[in-house]
Amino acid sequence: MKRVVITGAGTINALGHDVATTLDAMANGVCGIGPLDIRDVDRLAVKIGGQVTGYDEHEHFNRQQISLYDRFTQFTLLAAAQAIGEAGLTFSGDLADRSGVVLGTSGGGLNTQDENYRAVYEEGKNRVHPFIVPKLMNNAAASHVSMQYNLRGPSFTVATACASSNHAMGQAFSMIRSGMADVMVTGGSESMLCFGGVKAWEGLRVMSKDACRPFSATRNGMVQGEGAGVFVFEERDHAMKRGAVILAEVAGFAMSSDASDIVTPSKQGAARAIAGALKDAKLNREDVGYINAHGTGTAANDKTECAAVADVFGRCADDLMMSSTKSMHGHLIGGTGAVELLACVMALRDGIIAPTIGYEEADPECALDVVPNIAREAKVTAVLSNAFAFGGLNAVIALRAA
Amino acid sequence: MSIASQVIDIIAQQALLEPSDVTTDSTLEDLGIDSLGLVESIFAIEEAFDITVPFNANAPTESEFDISSVGAIIKAVDGLVKGQS
Repeated sequence: MKRVVITGAGTINALGHDVATTLDAMANGVCGIGPLDIRDVDRLAVKIGGQVTGYDEHEHFNRQQISLYDRFTQFTLLAAAQAIGEAGLTFSGDLADRSGVVLGTSGGGLNTQDENYRAVYEEGKNRVHPFIVPKLMNNAAASHVSMQYNLRGPSFTVATACASSNHAMGQAFSMIRSGMADVMVTGGSESMLCFGGVKAWEGLRVMSKDACRPFSATRNGMVQGEGAGVFVFEERDHAMKRGAVILAEVAGFAMSSDASDIVTPSKQGAARAIAGALKDAKLNREDVGYINAHGTGTAANDKTECAAVADVFGRCADDLMMSSTKSMHGHLIGGTGAVELLACVMALRDGIIAPTIGYEEADPECALDVVPNIAREAKVTAVLSNAFAFGGLNAVIALRAA
Repeated sequence: MSIASQVIDIIAQQALLEPSDVTTDSTLEDLGIDSLGLVESIFAIEEAFDITVPFNANAPTESEFDISSVGAIIKAVDGLVKGQS
């Protein structure tokens, strides 16, 4: 089996418009969650989110591009440009045919859909812009990345709700490991912060109206974010030969299905994915120093996740740090695992463990070291990133220091 | 503003050209307007004149709506606007 490394990273999210700004914010426990600035926000009960601020699409794209790029595609293209730029790769000939793009998203072009519904239902218009379909489709972002960079190999989009980008990165990893591809652009993107998007989430009654406080006894729900995280995964020998800077090694991946409930998470399903990732990466429990938790800030997720980690790690759970960066950037749904993998890379490369901010009071059901409020310096050589989706679909990635 | 100048403005915007660079003899191909650009132009024409253009993107040249040149499009739009009133 081939080995797989990460040679480029890019992002735009509520904490910053690039990786350096985002990691600096994570290291300093900055909260990117604030009042939502969207149309009809006064009709929402939930008025906060991890919104990308200071962003003007016209600074990055021309009128024709904007007519085809939903916000989730725009975020993807900006993050992909950073990642591919850092990797220093150009794709032509055989390399182009052996390189692809697999991205996660849950809502795809939800803003486009929302605006279109508004036009036909609320405003009673009978004519719509011709590009609604190519703009809203979930694979639009992957296709535009493929077109822009001439990635002509295996390319598709994965939609598994909150685990979408972990599943996508797991696919990219497996393809390189098995020899199907040499380079894969992978990660995910989400942009659901529009009236219809937030209103739908409100209906579930799992959203917080004030803050995301994972693992804290005072937690009262999740907060939505938006943005993208994109990485370049590359076959290790290919990267070594060209002298690329290796950010981390993708050591293993596992997925599982709870096969039990459409919204309530299962400890067993989560534990099987965590244990599976360790086994796939040939890591012992004591090797793992940090877990980037799914940590949504809901009652159900946080205690189930802590119980699953405790089950898998046993006595080693006491020596483990596990934080949820969703407290800072919000829950990016289909893009969340990608942005959270940045915290994993920071832990391995810089020895900085991102904190769980907003932590107020210990919860006996979440009795792990959740790195409350303040980042910590620590040398770790292997990390995990958890994602547990609605629908009971779990995906866990293991990284090792380069 | 005349129908001709409005149509030319729409096509020029799509072609990223100045309206003065678009003549009635120009074909969409001359102006670099591809199939997506054509569909978007027709949408813009429908919006501007509040008309329904009989155009089928599956068989653009077989539609009743003549798109063989900018002049042909202006004539067709003129007919549709008159037919409506």
